[in-house]
Amino acid sequence: MTPRTVGSPGTGPVRLTHLQRLEAEAIHIMREVVAEAERPVMLYSVGKDSAVMLHLARKAFFPAPPPFPLLHVDTTWKFRAMYELRDRMARASGMDLIVHRNPEALARNINPFEHGSALHTALWKTEGLKQALDRYGFDAAFGGARRDEEKSRAKERIFSFRSSSHRWDPKQQRPELWNLYNARKAPGESIRVFPLSNWTELDVWQYIGRENIPIVPLYFADLRPTVARDGLILMVDDERFPLAPGERPVLRQIRFRTLGCYPLTGAVPSDARTLPEIIRETLAATTSERQGRAIDQDQAGSMEKKKQEGYF
Amino acid sequence: MATVAARLALQADAPVAAVGADPVRHRPRSLLRFITCGSVDDGKSTLIGRLLYDTKLICADQLAALEDDSRRHGTQGTDIDFALLVDGLAAEREQGITIDVAYRYFATAQRQFIVADTPGHEQYTRNMVTGASTADLAIILVDARKGVLTQTRRHSYLVQLLGIRQVVLAVNKMDLVGYDQARFDEIVSDYGAFARSIGIEACTALPVSGLRGDHITGPSAHMPWYAGPSLLAHLETVDVDVEAVQRRPLRLPVQWVNRPDQDFRGYAGQIAAGTVCPGDAVRVLPSGRNTTVTRIVTADGDLDAAVAGQSVTLCFADEIDCSRGDVIVRADEPAQVADRFEATIVWMAQEELLPGRPYWLKLATQTVTATIHGPKHQVNVNTLEHLAAKTLGLNAIGVATLSTDRPLVFEPYTGDRTLGGFILVDKLTHATVGAGMLHFALRRSQNVHWQALDVSREKRAGLKHQRPAVLWFTGLSGAGKSTIANLVEKQLAGLHRHTFLLDGDNVRHGLNKDLGFTDADRVENVRRVGEVARLMTDAGLIVITAFISPFRAERAMVRQMMAPGEFIEIFVDTPLAAAEARDVKGLYRKARAGQLRNFTGIDSPYEPPQDPEIHIDTTAISPEEAADRIVARLLDA
Repeated sequence: MTPRTVGSPGTGPVRLTHLQRLEAEAIHIMREVVAEAERPVMLYSVGKDSAVMLHLARKAFFPAPPPFPLLHVDTTWKFRAMYELRDRMARASGMDLIVHRNPEALARNINPFEHGSALHTALWKTEGLKQALDRYGFDAAFGGARRDEEKSRAKERIFSFRSSSHRWDPKQQRPELWNLYNARKAPGESIRVFPLSNWTELDVWQYIGRENIPIVPLYFADLRPTVARDGLILMVDDERFPLAPGERPVLRQIRFRTLGCYPLTGAVPSDARTLPEIIRETLAATTSERQGRAIDQDQAGSMEKKKQEGYF
Repeated sequence: MATVAARLALQADAPVAAVGADPVRHRPRSLLRFITCGSVDDGKSTLIGRLLYDTKLICADQLAALEDDSRRHGTQGTDIDFALLVDGLAAEREQGITIDVAYRYFATAQRQFIVADTPGHEQYTRNMVTGASTADLAIILVDARKGVLTQTRRHSYLVQLLGIRQVVLAVNKMDLVGYDQARFDEIVSDYGAFARSIGIEACTALPVSGLRGDHITGPSAHMPWYAGPSLLAHLETVDVDVEAVQRRPLRLPVQWVNRPDQDFRGYAGQIAAGTVCPGDAVRVLPSGRNTTVTRIVTADGDLDAAVAGQSVTLCFADEIDCSRGDVIVRADEPAQVADRFEATIVWMAQEELLPGRPYWLKLATQTVTATIHGPKHQVNVNTLEHLAAKTLGLNAIGVATLSTDRPLVFEPYTGDRTLGGFILVDKLTHATVGAGMLHFALRRSQNVHWQALDVSREKRAGLKHQRPAVLWFTGLSGAGKSTIANLVEKQLAGLHRHTFLLDGDNVRHGLNKDLGFTDADRVENVRRVGEVARLMTDAGLIVITAFISPFRAERAMVRQMMAPGEFIEIFVDTPLAAAEARDVKGLYRKARAGQLRNFTGIDSPYEPPQDPEIHIDTTAISPEEAADRIVARLLDA
């Protein structure tokens, strides 16, 4: 979709658009990691940011496939449509897909309904991620987090270091100047790398449109079976959803601004069925995208705490 | 709350207009990166909060949290405290200050903005330098009541040092001086004189109030005397000359060689300067080989041309050596290559700079070992005076000479941030300890060449019927290094080997008599001994050295100087208590009494070898046994 010609000799200077600059920066970051890390991996959560990150990786190393695997830290509670897209995209990219499920969480049948969001997230996601990184010895992991998502993200470096116990220390961050990234680390330490750090939610949507990137259909409005719980509209995605006596799923015209575990992800009422409609809705929105995420709000300064403990 | 909601409703249309009828294929916008700098109470965070608020980048849930926060931590009574919106980390909220660089994002119909919010207090120079390194423009905030302060001068100096060409002087809190034009004019005149004196060419001054919103996004009824644009209007239209970099000759640092199969070989990187087209003649530096670009490969198809800022993959007509760290340049206007430079260095670590210690230096995609010589001077960032300095501490800025172990492809920083800016990394902790900006190559490195000698080191060693080596003894004072070294030399002499013993105390009487015992002097002491030992191995000798040499980094540096296998590290391992009990020279007693400073093991650290070639436990074997073992190991090798 990029114009074939960005500039011809003699036609004067070319001003890159902000999306072109963000794309070039993300590609630069990914190539630095591949050149300097020993075992990189891409965290693939199947959301729209992951979709953009995967797309950029395929561009960065073209015509070679990206020289690292995809890692999905699964909770068994994602939307069904996410599992479908995950498998399709892994095949299309020619990359290996590693799916990790925390065996302890699996054995104890940890779920958000009986155990609450905090324990569910701690075991499946935070612990699951640490296990997967340790098991495969990955020393650099790409994540799709953006600095505009949440206040503690706004101060995190693009190359963010984790101790051998995966902890983040916001006071010991390495200064990051120009586009120079210091990727050196001791054995056992690892880096989380955020190539989309400087992207906003709007940039992500416009780029998805410009590049025709496949995304999970749940981002588009449709009639879906839902129940209202604790101020969130939840989708009844499978038969594991426990209904109260007399409770019946209600068909509502909804879509999702962000995707996670279906019992923890609130939908928004919406008629946006096309990308331009989504973008217009995003621009006019008066709530931020993570508002539908139950896990961000369970305590004040919540995300910073989770990150120090090793959450992505 | 009601008024806030009403404001939001009024502004909801503005960003939608930013993308027009077709938000996917909207009119492309450009990107402006800027930093805000000011003193602690100049209202930086409030100003940024206000920009985000007035461009409707604050959503209702964030606003609700903000109102809640404002009641609990706020400093604005019942009003919204915009500063709380941008002060992210929990610790900062409690202290009411911003302690790190935070990045913020907002957009208008014309431009996308990335704001680096950098703190103002003295100990955080490094954060400001970090934020400024990627900025196109700087907003310098001044409190209208206080005028130009020491910190204002410091921030302006840093902005100029980092090469930011566009400066906005925002005279803030105009509401607190009654929107007085005379006060504004006075500050502008003060600042203008100072700015010109340090080389800031373009500066736009604006009277604003972040708290009240005057001149932030629109005109102000309070200041009819000011006819210029609002801050936002200025940011939307100011011309940052991003094209200037495209007019310069091609510079493309190679990040990664793309070789999926036998038929394809491409060189991937982000263009730092200039433009490139298929058919262009290019040169690969530092090797200096020429070739022609055949293709510019991207996933969207080959390009007819590419410009600075784009990440591309180039293919060449010839199979020439080119790998990560090389720089592809225009063949008839190549970049410079050198290994000795003058540079400005900003020190960013608690542990001070050690002149002579080897650090990793990363510049573009090149990583080399660099040593920094004693600074020529340190800059007092408040007065801009040059001060004499032997080292640089946290947040200090100085000018120094540095040498690299391999030639670097570079440009002076003033012309090219990518090929002129570098970071310094500690080899043991891997922390980023400093950043620097290259000024120029020193003539010495261009004019001092290696003289080829006809008699080789192998020939010299052969005449002596031996292989040269360095037996490097390290250990605490009083561990027994000199005693064992002396026995080893006697045995080797008896075996007709040509040796030379460099003893720590003896060298300090001559070659190193100008050096003391600070960390920096210890590093230089070991460096000189290493260089002498290297010359002696070139002469074919077996060199024996007996120095405490307390730091791993310097012992590793000497090892690097020698041919592989020639450096034999001998750890004379004596527990501190045992060495102190012997106290042959009475030094421990003096150190304990406080009469001797920087004594290894007492108030200066010793870093034991992690993997020495020979480990001598002096509590288990005698000096004679130790010498036998060392000689046997040397002759076996």
